Amino acid sequence: MTITSRLIDVAGGRNKVRVYEGGDGPPLFYLHGAGGLMREDRVIAALARHYRVYAPLLPGYEDSVGEERLRDMLDVTLHGYDVMQALGLSKPLVVGHSMGGMIAAEMAAIAPNEIERLALIAPAGIWLPEHPIVDIFALLPQEFPGYLFHDVEAGAKLMTPGGDMNDVKFLAEFMIANARRLGTAGKMLFPIPERGLSERLYRIKARTLVVWGENDRLIPPVYAHEFIKGISGARLTTIPQAGHLVGHEKPDALVEALRTLN
Amino acid sequence: MKFTWFHLMPWPHLPDDFREKYRSVWVDIPTTLYDAKRGHHVYHDYFDQLEYAETMGFDALGVNEHHANAYGLMPSPNLMAAALARRTSKAAIMVLGDSIALYNPPIRVAEEFAMLDVMTGGRLACGFPVGTSMDTNYAYGTIPALTREKYNEAHELIMRAWREDEPFAFNGRYTKLRYVNCWPKPIQRPRPPIFIPGGGSIETYDFCLEFDYTYCYLSYSGYMRAKQLMEGYWERVAKAGKDESPYRGGFAQVICVADTDAEAEKLYSKHVHYFYNRCLHVYPGFADAPGYRTVKTLQANMITQLTQAQLRNYPTLTWKDLVDQGYVIAGSPKTVYDRMVDLAKTLRVGNIFGLFQVGDMPSDKVRHSTKLFAEQVMPKLKAELFQEWKNEDRFWIKPMQQNERRQVAAE
Repeated sequence: MTITSRLIDVAGGRNKVRVYEGGDGPPLFYLHGAGGLMREDRVIAALARHYRVYAPLLPGYEDSVGEERLRDMLDVTLHGYDVMQALGLSKPLVVGHSMGGMIAAEMAAIAPNEIERLALIAPAGIWLPEHPIVDIFALLPQEFPGYLFHDVEAGAKLMTPGGDMNDVKFLAEFMIANARRLGTAGKMLFPIPERGLSERLYRIKARTLVVWGENDRLIPPVYAHEFIKGISGARLTTIPQAGHLVGHEKPDALVEALRTLN
Repeated sequence: MKFTWFHLMPWPHLPDDFREKYRSVWVDIPTTLYDAKRGHHVYHDYFDQLEYAETMGFDALGVNEHHANAYGLMPSPNLMAAALARRTSKAAIMVLGDSIALYNPPIRVAEEFAMLDVMTGGRLACGFPVGTSMDTNYAYGTIPALTREKYNEAHELIMRAWREDEPFAFNGRYTKLRYVNCWPKPIQRPRPPIFIPGGGSIETYDFCLEFDYTYCYLSYSGYMRAKQLMEGYWERVAKAGKDESPYRGGFAQVICVADTDAEAEKLYSKHVHYFYNRCLHVYPGFADAPGYRTVKTLQANMITQLTQAQLRNYPTLTWKDLVDQGYVIAGSPKTVYDRMVDLAKTLRVGNIFGLFQVGDMPSDKVRHSTKLFAEQVMPKLKAELFQEWKNEDRFWIKPMQQNERRQVAAE
């Protein structure tokens, strides 16, 4: 499956957004997590086998720009709709992972008639004091795989293809890109990844599927129940032997779960 | 030259195995390591030292702002400045807080600094740090990527509050005030001199130049390692077409003076090691929240930072390493004088923030070192360096005349 990308104008040129696109089938709008998309992203590739996938990069990621005008959750939520409009999408299946799941849920809550089918993959956005989520903003680069993957060793290779964190030049480049990405993510996730979403979940009308990796060490699976409780009629699929990056570890299982929303 | 006797107010009772047992001196250090009754004595020892520095003729007494930090026991530097206000009469009170982005609403800073300036008869010099990431982001929760914007807005509000004579409305993004009306106003008009601590951000260089604030590099790595950063600043000064007054720059330096070089090692080595090995033991995950520095600054500095971080392995540094590499300027008055001349010329800085109390150094040693410096080093440096700028007064306090002022200092 060929995935291509292009840079589009969003919100009358206020943002320029790189959109990855590919596949045939019903439209699917995919919102990535705080780490962005990976090179030759496995999740996008898997989704494109059954859907026409549109995966925009949030400003602050790669060459998507205009992040300085996205300061808070409302800005980012409306930006999501701006991108959908720029792509001419009408009622796609909206899928968001982690931070992207938080954005997707906010979009579905703010304009409940615009989104009919919604998939939240290990979404952020709720904070349970008795289950604190690890502070990703205080992690060292080499610590990420341990929190993101069920299979940590394989995950580490996936995150740094052809690179070595012990090489200063590679590490410097990684850290600069990471600072820009997580700098943007921080507007939603720092210092606590919560912006009042649980108060708004009741507004969501979409048929909603919540997907969680059974061994998620970043946002523990106990959070799934909060989303299920908050969104009327939402279903939960738990995927075994998968961590927070559940779609990267188990792409087929993820797609199979999503297809129940068709 | 202007010499500020600068206190960090470190907690002097961190255990010997602190490095091994705890990951950071800052942000998540447990408060079980603090003892409030001992803290009572520590604060008063430190105030005594600052007051002593005034009697020894230092130009300014410096305090700063840190949060959740065992080497900086001053979450509120304004309280410290207030305590000094009535016990001192000549020296500038240099407050290198306030981290203006952290005060809500930031008009609080305009008010408190104005109070301090009035109380001290116009002796306040104020710092407006953006604040380290540890303080601003991790301990105080400011969103990293918005820190600078919030800071700039707070700065605009404070300056206007001091400048305007009539109440005004301020419609900021982070602060909305229908009635801004700063009572009292500072004595120094339009404002006290402002010092901006920076760590190499290009944005901070430009900010200082735009408003003629003094740029201060408060590193603990010594002047030799600061050369590249300060050169970057002076290049920016030249590019902006500004004059090269050395009082546009300041630098913090650990200074230990004894009768001989050998005596300095004997007296101070232990305390200096305490400082570098325990006080500066900061978890790298707290050093720089993503988004806190701009991409432009990161691109300019990242490789250097990473390389320096690898080199800066404090536990392996001996006294000789620390002295030879300029982390610490230590030795006889003659040795210290020579190094200070080298520092001032290398960095072209007219302001020195001297750290004389280091780590767990007790008061008697602090006074000994301070006295030797004040009597045998400082006068010569003042007489000899930057004489072409001796009439420079743009960057320093302008207090009330002596005969206009109430004499309140305790004898």
